[in-house]
Order: sequence, then structure tokens, then C-alpha cells
Amino acid sequence: MTDTAPVSSAPLLEVENLRVHYPLRGGLLRRVVDHVRAVDDVSFPGARGRTTGLVGESGSGKTTIGRALIKLAPITGGSIRFNGTELTTLSNREFLPFRKRVQMIFQDPFNSLNPRMTVEAIIREPLDIHFPKQGVAEKRERVAGLLRRVGLEPDHMHRYPHQFSGGQRQRIGIARALAVEPEFIICDEAVSALDVSVQAQVVNLLQDLQAELGLTYLFIAHDLAVVEHISDHVLVMHRGKLVESASAEEIYREPKADYTRKLLDAVPRL
Amino acid sequence: MPLLSVEDLRISFHQRDQTVEAVKGVSFALEAGRTLAIVGESGSGKSVTALSLTRLLPEPPNCRVTGAIRYQGRDVLGLDRRSLQALRGKEIAYVFQEPSSSLNPVFTVGAQIAEAVRLHLPEIKDVEAHVIRALEQVGIADAARRHTSYPHELSGGMQQRVMIAMALACRPKILVADEPTTALDVTIQKQIIDLLRDLKTSTGMSVILITHNFGIVRGFADDVAVMYRGLIVESGPTEEILSRPKHPYTQALIACIPRLGARQRRLATIDHAAIARALETKI
Repeated sequence: MTDTAPVSSAPLLEVENLRVHYPLRGGLLRRVVDHVRAVDDVSFPGARGRTTGLVGESGSGKTTIGRALIKLAPITGGSIRFNGTELTTLSNREFLPFRKRVQMIFQDPFNSLNPRMTVEAIIREPLDIHFPKQGVAEKRERVAGLLRRVGLEPDHMHRYPHQFSGGQRQRIGIARALAVEPEFIICDEAVSALDVSVQAQVVNLLQDLQAELGLTYLFIAHDLAVVEHISDHVLVMHRGKLVESASAEEIYREPKADYTRKLLDAVPRL
Repeated sequence: MPLLSVEDLRISFHQRDQTVEAVKGVSFALEAGRTLAIVGESGSGKSVTALSLTRLLPEPPNCRVTGAIRYQGRDVLGLDRRSLQALRGKEIAYVFQEPSSSLNPVFTVGAQIAEAVRLHLPEIKDVEAHVIRALEQVGIADAARRHTSYPHELSGGMQQRVMIAMALACRPKILVADEPTTALDVTIQKQIIDLLRDLKTSTGMSVILITHNFGIVRGFADDVAVMYRGLIVESGPTEEILSRPKHPYTQALIACIPRLGARQRRLATIDHAAIARALETKI
């Protein structure tokens, strides 16, 4: 990449005063009467090679933050710097190289894979976009390698998504995200829909890949126990605002915000 | 005599020349006023077991159910259609995982609860008042106004409360709750579990909780049955199973849940080959 070389200890991602407000229109002339403050004045760093956990309930704005980072939600204010480059002012064209460097893994492996595409086509699609010069044989080789890396068999590339279990489908989603060799991966409720034993396997896989490839994660989930397990730093969102930001250990041992305590209390104890 | 007993239940599904045995000989009993949790993962057979209790499964030849299911001594598998209608909802009621797909979007929630009340409790004259009381019982504030709401006007947690109100409105003796909190946020999940616990105490009904999550079992269920690939691999009092699980599958299923503050390096996973070996040596 052509960025001016940043100091490697600087966070890969710096979010400052991020705002995503949706206008509410009303009255005869459909004028803007108010705003839904989906994300309101949120700042946090995403340390390189680490996992930042983002926890909150439905409607807290956690998913919107993830989407705003890759320009899938309209940013109304604030700044997002990725490796020192300001993203919010980039045009869609200028943003394209960042789409390769930032990838996303979605919650529902049933809905986020096209049922009419083979696994090979699913994983190859981002390669076709971001590496158009690569030959077919080379891409197929890469798809096979990616499948092996996420714990599936290279033969699986000829199958369709419905032929896999939920956990295997999430592995395909991870392989697709890894295809373009990203630095940063947003995991949006990536393990929430899975059985506990499958969840454990996928969480372990994500951690192995991080150690191996030096990936930086933003791990978005509503389950505090999983977030605390996988994250180095935890952010707690409530109604669009960041109510707490602390290391994973602190958040459990000495939560400061009332809302964090409420979330901790709601986690069933074994 | 237990309120409900299941003996050597076997359920198989048939399609063209394919046969899938979902439940392979399951037995358990539920006493009045007790709570049984059936814990298992996807494909363990826990949900079809729950559905079979009032024969909510497809008819033969697509699905075959053998063994015995006895409710108050009556043979459920031998009941005719009319007796089944009287059993479903009136004696054994269900709450399912996804309230938004269980509720009919074009009727108000009050009308949907009233339908069940008119069918099963014809002696009740003031149905509206009964519906409002049912909604109040599940902690819906301003029930007198809320019963005219449509499902989409309510949050997921509220919708699940409505489903519980609907199930309880006909005063069933057994409530089968199939993953009632899986689709909900953690704080709402806690509220719903607390609500079910209160209702269980105040009404004296029995509850069968179907879940994949051991986390919500403690403090809620008296007994636990752990299902794996169509079999109950272990069952007993909740505290005993949770603190001293004997079967390797139960141990693995408890171990793989992330614990707050544990700071484990890695999560435990389930070694299915080892469990298959353990099952073989036992049979």
C-alpha cells in the first residue's frame, strides 16, 4: 500500500467523535423534525493485531459503527482514520483499496452466502474484484488453501452453501473475508447464531488466525461472556453512546458504568 | 403417577428412500409442578421430542413416532383428533423461539390470545378482561391499551411476553418452552427467565425448557436431561449435573461455554469421536 509509513505502535484504527444520525421527517412538508442518534459521539482506538470488543443490545448502535467503518452507513460527523488515512472524506473510488483491507464477517451464515453460488465462486468473487489479473488456476489454488486454513476440505469448493452446517458455513464466510488478505476484520455477531460447542470452535479459529496473520478485529456481539473472552479491550454501547471503554479484565473486575454492571448481571452463571 | 411420562420414544422421518432417526429411544417423566430442562445442540432431537408430546409432527408415512407418551395416564399416541385439540394449548401449551414468526401480523395481540381462550375456556364470559389479566400477569404495563397493539408495534421481548400470556391464558398444566430466549438480548433474556420462574411458582404448572444453553438452566430447572444425537446421555437433578457431570458429552458441553472473568486462553471444544466411543462402550 502507498500510505506514508506510520509508526507500527499507533493504532490501526482511530475513531473520533463518530456520529451517525438519521433524519426523522414529519409534518406536511416532510421537514426534518428530529434525528435518530444511532451513533452519537463515539471515539475509540483499534489496536493493531488486537481484538476490540463492542458489546451492546439491539438498537445500541454497535452494528451501525461496524457498517460506518466500511461506508455502509451514512456518517454525519467525526473522523475515522485507518493506518493514518482519513476515511470519511474519501470518495467511493478512493475508498476502494480500503474495502480490500477491511473485511466483514456477518452473523447469519444462512443469509450471507448466496445459495446459488458454489463455495469456490463465493470465495473467488472478492479475488475477481481485487485481484483481476490473477489466473483461474492460481485463484483456485488460493481458494483451496483458504478452505484448508479455516478447517474445511479443498473438495468442498464444489458444493453449495446448503450442504454445510451452520458452523461450516461460518467458516466459509471467514474464508471469504480472508481471501483478499485484509488487515482488519469486523466480526458482526459472527458466532451469535451458533451452538455453544460450534461457537467455541469458531472463536478458537478466529484467535488462531489472528495469531498467525496478525489480524486486527472489531468483535461486535451482544453476549458479554464471549466478548470478554476474545477481546483485549471492550467497548460498551448503550443507546448510541459509548458508556464504557476498558480492558477486558477491568470490565469484568471493576465495571464503572451502571449499564455495564446490568449487562454483567444478566450473563447466566454456571 | 407422574403428570407426563415418555417411554422409549423413537421418532423417524421418511422421505422417498431416505430415513432419518431423530430420536432413538428416549424416556423421561415430569411430576406436577416440576421443571425439566432438555439440553442439547442442533440436531440432538430435543425440539422434535417437545413437538411429539402433543403430536405436532407430520403424520405417517412421513414421520413415525413409537414408544409411549402418557399424559395423566392417557396414551397421547392413541388419541383421536378431537381429544388432541383439547390437549393442545389447554393441557400442554408451547412458547417457541421466534415470537415474531409465531404471532399473526394481521391480528392484534389481544385478538390472538382471545382466540385461544374462546376455544379452550368457553365458560369465560368476559374474554377481554381475561386477556388483559393474562397480559398483566406477564408484566405488560398498560395492558388495557396494549392488547389492541399489533405484533410489529411491540419489541421482541414484549412479543415473547405476549406468547407466554397466550400460552398461560388457558391455564395449562405443562408449559413447553422451546428456546424461549435464544432470539433475545441478554438483559431481556434474564427478564423472560425471571418471569417464567415467577409464573411457575404462582401457577404451580410444570415446565419443560428446551435449550442449547446450560447457562439458563441453573436456578431455573429442577432436573436436566442432556440429549445428544437422539439419545438422553445423562439426566438428573440440575445441581448435580452441573457440578458433577458424568458423561463426557455433558462435561464437554459445559466446558465449552465462555465464562466471565475466567481469562482462558482457549475455549474447550467437543471431541465427537471420543463421545462416540463412550456411547458405544455404554450400549
